Amino acid sequence: MQLDNLYQEVILDHYKNPQHKKLSSVYDAQVHHINPSCGDEITLNLTLKGNTITDISWDGVGCSISQASVSILTDLLIGKSLEQAQVISDAFMHLMQSKGTEKGDEDLLEDAVALAGVSQYPARIKCALLGWMAFKDASVQALAKHG
Amino acid sequence: MTLDARSIAQDFPILSRTIRDGKRLVYLDSGATSQKPDCVIDAELDFYRLHNAAVHRGAHQLAEEATDAYEGAREIVAKFLSASVDEVIFTKSATESLNLVAYAMGNAEPGNHFHLQAGDSIVVTEMEHHANLIPWQQLAARTGATLSWFSVTDDGRLDLSDINTFINEKTKVVALTHQSNVLGTINPLGAITQRAHEVGAVVVLDACQSVPHMKIDVKTLEIDFLAFSGHKTVGPTGVGILWGRAELLAQLPPFLTGGSMIENVTMESATWAAAPRKFEAGVPNMAQAVGLGAALTYLTKIGMENIWHHEVELTQYLLDGLSEIEDLRIIGPSTTELRGGTVSFTLGDIHPHDLGQYLDSQGIAVRTGHHCAWPLTRKLGVPATTRASIYLYNTTDDLDALISGVKGAQKYFGR
Repeated sequence: MQLDNLYQEVILDHYKNPQHKKLSSVYDAQVHHINPSCGDEITLNLTLKGNTITDISWDGVGCSISQASVSILTDLLIGKSLEQAQVISDAFMHLMQSKGTEKGDEDLLEDAVALAGVSQYPARIKCALLGWMAFKDASVQALAKHG
Repeated sequence: MTLDARSIAQDFPILSRTIRDGKRLVYLDSGATSQKPDCVIDAELDFYRLHNAAVHRGAHQLAEEATDAYEGAREIVAKFLSASVDEVIFTKSATESLNLVAYAMGNAEPGNHFHLQAGDSIVVTEMEHHANLIPWQQLAARTGATLSWFSVTDDGRLDLSDINTFINEKTKVVALTHQSNVLGTINPLGAITQRAHEVGAVVVLDACQSVPHMKIDVKTLEIDFLAFSGHKTVGPTGVGILWGRAELLAQLPPFLTGGSMIENVTMESATWAAAPRKFEAGVPNMAQAVGLGAALTYLTKIGMENIWHHEVELTQYLLDGLSEIEDLRIIGPSTTELRGGTVSFTLGDIHPHDLGQYLDSQGIAVRTGHHCAWPLTRKLGVPATTRASIYLYNTTDDLDALISGVKGAQKYFGR
């Protein structure tokens, strides 16, 4: 059924076994984001070394889509440069707005292509984007800190 | 059953459409908004098709007809609430009704019964919808008054044990919900209205979740203001009601000012028309008011007592069915004692959004989230719940679909 496009195994796996879901004690930026329409919350810590993302850790409550999305994000972006992260984030954003017409570039987005089905459910796009918005905010703050 | 819900459902055209590839629509989200019967849709259409003109203005037949239809709707609302016709104010929503009272109180000059200042107190409850919480937070912030609240017990009831401390000589307003939009709890009002009036405070009742479902007589409730929305009462969106006691409306300053609400205007100043006109600035939502009149006439024909009994039976059926599901926890009273047909629950580790999405795939419409009562869900330690809300057109078939849908979701997400 169509619902299976939304709830792919990869998503449920990340939901049950979230990656990097333990806030680090040191970080360059910490942000707290809320989805006011549903009450989902996330705290995300970001650590940079120069231009490289050395760590992303997080904690939060929310649905499988929001939790899996941030878990996938951490796997995907840790070790990347901020420029690479920007390219990946833009591609993910584009995929979310595709209304089910695109599958996503698996080489670039890896597990995140499993979230392509979300784009067919307008009310759930904000769930998938919660962690990505938090990351974007954190990277701006971390960069500002490093001047 | 004292009411034939199956035949009532025939009056609501939307209930015969299908959802998600041909599934029967099981609508259990009437707490958010109710569906509309043909007679309401027709009344709104007919107003535009045949009678549309600005009410209370114009020297022509259409203006007369429009005014008659609009004022006729006011009479229907008054009768429905057992109120006087001049006590019924049309607003755009219940949210506006509640804001109207709060802003108008903020406009009251020293010496006016409604004037608030530092040292005064406003009392609410922890189970308020944001619409009956934030206007009072804001009024407190503007006037320097303090805001305090009755807390909610673990079984979803108001803790009134310190009522005489909470409502004291400093209290000017007690604002509370008649029926919680999350828990389904119906709040007993007697002790609150008695204590409030003892200290000279007014009682503002958010009746959005009670007016659609039970017989309300504003005089026997001994409250001072009551707000409800048209769209939860099988009426149109864009129309709400504020009822207030005549002697209080006479003293309450206006909220919105402009056309229609004046007695006399010069370049320097203006005086106000009597209530309800004082509170209805601008050309009102006429077609929607007329639609609400048709809605209340429809409900009255079926009988509010019959609707109430039907919903109590369904609520019992739903509570029984849900309580047999493993890992399901009902958030709110577990019996139908002082409780309406709004049933919130959590389901093990399955997040309400995921459950709601699964139910939607089966054609079942419920609400998920904090239901605009975030402080309450935080207090109860559940960031979100799934909420089924019942109305006159629901049947045990709908509830069976929900119960089997919940079990299906457990299987689906347990894979």
